[in-house]
Amino acid sequence: MSVSQPTNESTAVLADAEQGSSLWHDAWIRLSKNRMAVSGGIVLIFMVVVALLTPWIAPYDYEVQNLDLGAQPPSLQHWLGTDVFGRDLLTQIMYGGRISLAVGFIATAVALSIGVTWGAIAGYVGGRVDAVMMRLVDILYALPFMIFIVLLMVVFGRNVLLLFLAIGAVEWLTMARIMRSQVQSLRQQEFVEAAISLGLSPAAIIRRHVVPNALGPIIVYTTLTIPSVMLLEAFLSFLGLGIQPPQTSWGLLISYGAETMEEYPWLLIFPGLALTITLFSLNFLGDGLRDALDVRGSKD
Amino acid sequence: MSLLSVDNLQVSFTTRNGTHQAVKGVSFTVEPKQITAIIGESGSGKSVSCYAMLGLIPMPPGKIDGGTAIFDGKDLLSLSEQELRAIRGRDIAMIFQDPMTCLNPYMTIGDQLIEPLLIHKNMNISAAKARAIELLEEVGIRSPASTFNSYPHEFSGGMRQRVMIAMALINEPKLLIADEPTTALDVTIQAQILKLIADLQKKHDIGVLFISHDLAVVADIADQIVVMEQGEVVERGEPETLFRTPSHPYTRKLLDAIPSGQRVSGQIAPDPLIRAHNVRTWFYPDGTDEPVKAVDGVSLDIHRGEVLGLVGESGSGKSTLGRSLLRLAPITEGEVMFDGTDVTGLKGSTLKTFRRRMQMIFQDPFASLNPRMTVYDTLAEPLLLHAICDRKSLDHHIAKLMDDVGLARGFIRKYPHEFSGGQRQRIAIGRALATKPEFIVADEPVSALDVTIQAQILELLQALGREYGLTMLFVSHDMAVIRHIADRIVVMYHGKLVEEGTAQEIFETPKQGYTQSLLASIPGTALGR
Repeated sequence: MSVSQPTNESTAVLADAEQGSSLWHDAWIRLSKNRMAVSGGIVLIFMVVVALLTPWIAPYDYEVQNLDLGAQPPSLQHWLGTDVFGRDLLTQIMYGGRISLAVGFIATAVALSIGVTWGAIAGYVGGRVDAVMMRLVDILYALPFMIFIVLLMVVFGRNVLLLFLAIGAVEWLTMARIMRSQVQSLRQQEFVEAAISLGLSPAAIIRRHVVPNALGPIIVYTTLTIPSVMLLEAFLSFLGLGIQPPQTSWGLLISYGAETMEEYPWLLIFPGLALTITLFSLNFLGDGLRDALDVRGSKD
Repeated sequence: MSLLSVDNLQVSFTTRNGTHQAVKGVSFTVEPKQITAIIGESGSGKSVSCYAMLGLIPMPPGKIDGGTAIFDGKDLLSLSEQELRAIRGRDIAMIFQDPMTCLNPYMTIGDQLIEPLLIHKNMNISAAKARAIELLEEVGIRSPASTFNSYPHEFSGGMRQRVMIAMALINEPKLLIADEPTTALDVTIQAQILKLIADLQKKHDIGVLFISHDLAVVADIADQIVVMEQGEVVERGEPETLFRTPSHPYTRKLLDAIPSGQRVSGQIAPDPLIRAHNVRTWFYPDGTDEPVKAVDGVSLDIHRGEVLGLVGESGSGKSTLGRSLLRLAPITEGEVMFDGTDVTGLKGSTLKTFRRRMQMIFQDPFASLNPRMTVYDTLAEPLLLHAICDRKSLDHHIAKLMDDVGLARGFIRKYPHEFSGGQRQRIAIGRALATKPEFIVADEPVSALDVTIQAQILELLQALGREYGLTMLFVSHDMAVIRHIADRIVVMYHGKLVEEGTAQEIFETPKQGYTQSLLASIPGTALGR
């Protein structure tokens, strides 16, 4: 009985104090008050859910061609029209979204985790470790990344997952540089010194004190990386290094649509719209996240 | 007739949180050939008043709601920006707190000095140059001719402030506004600059408006003192009457807050907790083989329960010494015994156990707290890290810490930026005490705070020192603060200890010339301390 007493008492003492990481908790509350960010998030979730369910909910089969139909403008049967081979465009966009979103999120996640870790370690440890790590980044920068990806494809064969990894492996370089410069200025701060004097390990200092304070620019850069990764995939696919027909992606649909935009404008407009809406949502969500994590900018 | 006569000046700032009245009907005058001082703490509106009448506050969000400021027969508040510009720098000159940010780092001192002559007086270059060199000599710069072609970074803070003063005087202004001109300077330099301003004021017959937060600084030089609190003038008068018979409670509070008196030493055990022997901390700046000898062979003992005051000016290595004792700065040579164990070579978990026993309080409470951690998280971190309590009793421990440092428990979920400087320093003290340390290094813990807050924090540190049985190394450049809190004092100069003794010995019979000059520079002799 007496054991449980201090717990009861202390919950009374600090009734409104939350357990655990209150930065994220507070950020969540602030984010949920940001209307733009919330609508961006909802749109993105909707896109992802549709992408996941596509095989079951798609109105038509994406492979079946119907040359009699040819390119048709939007109609009741084909809401977004059909392409030159008579395939339903809505179905194509839904299947394309699976690839594009996966490339965008997975490749960026790969880039984010490698880049942030790499940059944080280089910036925090400094000295020779920093020099070696950053020279490696410079070397990879100097390497023409197309050759890098072509090499990967030649060695390991063409594979969608490998494509994700290859793009991620190229995109983390800038992330690492941004993180490193952030960490370098943060590690001079007195609160980091205070953490050292408390006896925190370097890993804990990076995790608890450095990374949360460096997130702003990282989040902004991430929201910029996702679209550029999606376009990179389109470019690679166009060169025959990425996705191959009949599989498709938004990037591919847009580049085909661009070829026929004078005769069949809807083939460009609708895939373009899908990509644009995704990018806008990402930007709203990213800006909202950045503001939510910046406790100083809170508007209360 | 008054040189400047400000009447019922009102200034407000509109932000998204509403309108804040920074200056609420302030009136004061500056007489020719006199020094008028405006005293107040941060947020009192003292700087805003002066900046507003010169059109130097951003508008919006700032707005002048009313009042007049008659200078030379003209109302400054009704002049156009163009007319004001003609007055600023010619009839009214300013010097600021931080001379480095006010000088263009890419222009030589000389070019910056003669610029106003060329603009306002249409002088030719050689005449302007002669005048500039003459002035540099007058403000006490030793080789004015070579200084003329130097860049600002080649000078120390004190020299830069002299250059700023020369620049302010070059157009022979009628009024000089000095905004905290000595706050960023060492105490011996501060004394020199104050004397220079007083001398030049007499020689050139100008009126001076001196803005400061420090009563002691203006006590010796001001003819008139205006005390401001929260946008209002609460008291004014000549220094002697103001200090002897302050009528407003706020003035009394300011006077009481000036640290005075000497600490009554408590129980000091004879055995030292810290024994540093011949400590050297040298830094090798990038690309040089010549070391910066920040700490160069220091030996000292700190006894259990003692507060050792460490005094020195900026660059003396006093902060580095404090950090070296705590293993926060790399020790090049020597040993630091903590309770009989040499801590210089410790690593890993052994070092962590010692970290628990020694903590640090930093100067700047705005930089020493992680801006993204709530008070709760900041205080919970050391408690959990060193397993001082388990998660169940965590709230209880944090509540106790909050009580100890005098913070309301309701603040627990707030972030550092929502607190004032004094409150932040309380959080930082709470964090340092969380591990129940035996030894604390306090590095200028009150230097960034307003004087009334400073008194509160000093009192808190003393009370907690007794309660927790702390041994403390108190680092400061402020002799008055040191005298207030320290049992024993060591004086540091260029990386070495130059004098050591009890507080009484140091203050009454200083042996070294350097210590004597430090003592002579303490401002506020007019306060009769």
